[in-house]
Amino acid sequence: MKKNWISYPYVVWMIIFTLVPLVLVIYYSVVSVTDNGIALTLQHFKKVFEPIYIIVFLRSIKLALISTAVCLVLGYPMAMILADRGLSKRNILIVLFVIPMWMNFLARTYAWMTLLEKNGPIETMLSNLGLPPLGILYTEKAVILGMVYNFLPFMVLPIYSVLSKTEKHIVEAAEDLGATPYIKFKRIIFPLSLPGVISGITMVFMPAVTTFVISELLGGSQYTLIGNLIERQFLGTMDWGFGSALSIVLMLLILLSMGVMSRYEKENEGGGLW
Amino acid sequence: MVTTFLKRIYTFIIFFFLYAPILVLIVFSFNNSKSRARWDGFTFKWYIELFNDQYIMASLYNTLMIALISSLAATFIGTAAAIGIHNMKGLSKKLVMNVTYLPVLNPDIVTGIALMMLFVFANMHRGFFTLLMAHITFSLPFVIMSVLPKMKQLNNQLYDAALDLGASPVYAYRRVVLPQIMPGVVTGFLLAFTLSIDDFVISFFTTGAGVSNLAITIYSMARRGIKPEINALLTIMFVSILLLLIIINNRMSKDSEREDKVK
Amino acid sequence: MKKVCCFVVFLIISAASVFLMSGCSESYKATIKVYNWGDYIDKDVLESFTTEHNIKVIYSEFATNEDMYAKLKAGGEDYDVVIPSDYMIKRMINDDILYKIDLNNIPNYKLIDDRFKNLAYDRENEYSVPYMWGTVGLLYNKKMVDDVVDSWSILWNEKYKKQILMLDSQRDSIGITLKMLGHSLNSKDEAQLEEAKEMLMDQKPLVLAYVGDAVKDKMIGGEAALAVVWSGDAIYMKRENPDLEYVIPKEGSNIWFDAMVIPKTSKNKKEAELFIDYMCRTDIALKNAEFIGFSTPHTEVKSQLPVELTSDKTVYPGVDDLSNSEVFEDLSDTLSIYDRIWTEIKAK
Repeated sequence: MKKNWISYPYVVWMIIFTLVPLVLVIYYSVVSVTDNGIALTLQHFKKVFEPIYIIVFLRSIKLALISTAVCLVLGYPMAMILADRGLSKRNILIVLFVIPMWMNFLARTYAWMTLLEKNGPIETMLSNLGLPPLGILYTEKAVILGMVYNFLPFMVLPIYSVLSKTEKHIVEAAEDLGATPYIKFKRIIFPLSLPGVISGITMVFMPAVTTFVISELLGGSQYTLIGNLIERQFLGTMDWGFGSALSIVLMLLILLSMGVMSRYEKENEGGGLW
Repeated sequence: MVTTFLKRIYTFIIFFFLYAPILVLIVFSFNNSKSRARWDGFTFKWYIELFNDQYIMASLYNTLMIALISSLAATFIGTAAAIGIHNMKGLSKKLVMNVTYLPVLNPDIVTGIALMMLFVFANMHRGFFTLLMAHITFSLPFVIMSVLPKMKQLNNQLYDAALDLGASPVYAYRRVVLPQIMPGVVTGFLLAFTLSIDDFVISFFTTGAGVSNLAITIYSMARRGIKPEINALLTIMFVSILLLLIIINNRMSKDSEREDKVK
Repeated sequence: MKKVCCFVVFLIISAASVFLMSGCSESYKATIKVYNWGDYIDKDVLESFTTEHNIKVIYSEFATNEDMYAKLKAGGEDYDVVIPSDYMIKRMINDDILYKIDLNNIPNYKLIDDRFKNLAYDRENEYSVPYMWGTVGLLYNKKMVDDVVDSWSILWNEKYKKQILMLDSQRDSIGITLKMLGHSLNSKDEAQLEEAKEMLMDQKPLVLAYVGDAVKDKMIGGEAALAVVWSGDAIYMKRENPDLEYVIPKEGSNIWFDAMVIPKTSKNKKEAELFIDYMCRTDIALKNAEFIGFSTPHTEVKSQLPVELTSDKTVYPGVDDLSNSEVFEDLSDTLSIYDRIWTEIKAK
């Protein structure tokens, strides 16, 4: 298995469509347009580290981490269930799992607003049952709910794909040797599924950090997240330099933490530069 | 069995969570009032208006075409890439993986504007093709991240054994490697399709005059309020996908019955 | 894999053929590209333009002024007619990316009310022709608010804690606060802006949410008592829920305009002017005004609309109602201060 060449189309594609645009972003982040033309500057990066923007960074990362954790906790059992169904039915279930995500994001998020409203069905039901109201719309909890809802399939599917066709004989051997279900899970199933878990975490965490529409709609825009801030720099204030600097710092931050995470992965595949 | 019961309950709860908003959309597609805040009687008028709205229909066509082509292309390129990356060693592998993360890491707005600048710089006519290329670009990492874990699980000895038995490398890949990584490939395709069908920001900046997808059309409505026509459209999409699934399911179970008989 | 491969190739070829075929134009005299807000025109109007003048219209939509501007600025896009808002038009004029419109080619321009000419964003009427206009004001639910609503200061009333919806827009939220404090809503004075920031920070605990389009369903459904809204939406909300009432506070507010302009990238300026003139024709402007439901700057259209609509002060406030209201101007560099203030309010 030495044929690396089949990844060359991809490498070429990525150089054109990812690296070249990245160079552009880096360019914007280090120049400023003054009256006497274009000058190199670090002012955009200096601005990123002002306390007010650090708060925004921290809040975004916090919310993304919580959402990723909730996705993992909810998604792992779901992936296990999906992985051991009978084959024909299972494929249908997998597709059913992603279909809701094919309906327009904005329309779905509006639907969540309808569901969570003070006079909405959930609150009405709770009050009819004599239970206290949830009151989560326009709070951080609603933002987390929105993120979990939108990113859950990105956690479940990669874990499912790794769990399906996990080598059964290993699990059976463990059972024969008298492993309890807990030990079986901890020592065999979970470690075997780790590559899928890491893919899942990556695919949920990264988009969750940069999302901005969810916090605008479900959070009532009361919390500026890094995604909102970057979006405003590019469109509202037209400060592309600051916007680029923000996204580069964000990028480095996440790649660094991915690098730390990859140490836990024994084969060190899919790890970062660091 | 208690565990089976628990599994059923859990599956039901998760699926309910996923489908609750879809239910809301379906219900409000029949609402006489334009507002979601008020139920004003049952109507089909939004469906009629929908079919008369050529603009929405054209964007639906674009959306489906782009989603289908881009996710197939991304699955094809991405799966090949994953196989290649798996075989890479050392620095080059790490480098490629980090580049792979970039489109996921960049906020959509940055990717969108950067791609737009690239297309402007290359003097490319913006429209269907640039939209397609942008979609392939942001889908690729998700395909790779879905396939790579399966590659890691792969039993290399099987491939070598196939070669020893006289299979050509291509044949061995198709018959030995591919079936083993198939769940990852399918997953990658589904994720790519999901991302493409619902992308607004990157699409907005990479498309040109007259070519719009559903997401652009719907987001553009935001200032004046999203029309219930959209609910009607999503309901139709949803129901047709379900019907398609049922048909496929029936055919598949018939096939398996036939196989059983042959056995 | 082979099958998939063939399928992909097949699809790409078929898509390409569809694309190319749509590229070969039929025998139109010319083609113009129109760029507008979503759902902001009666699309039949576009078709009848094509039939009347044998000019094809390629129509696209945008969601915000800023989205549109970023795209236009990047270049390469040759739109002929764009419909942005006032402050954005000013910015585009400053950037020198708009053509001067030859009003001789737009005879119907005389039908536009003189009140809406010579405004701050285009003092000499050189670059733009008004399309729709409106105000920003307070919408309140009569059943939930028992105070007299005539001042922005009610948005700071503790009584309505968590029942207030603000606009998720820097310009509008900071603007009305400046107005309440007696300043201009185009203020570039840092001390005044600082004052407004403090006010908005104090207000934040009372605010239920900063919303955009969602305000409509919220107010109709009685989810909040008070909201800052655009007049065009207010008309619709009042119709859906009769308990709602709209006022322009006494301190004054913002009057906004969406107007038609011709970017310098246009290759068909003559046809673009023809289109603008067509949009100002009474029957066409009437169709659009009825479809959109916003206030029209067109004198004849106004007289043809139902009286109960034109007598409603929400839609058509009198000159004295607007005596201390202002139009947004381009803030250029001060925008980054606005953005910082907004971030500080939200980050708290």
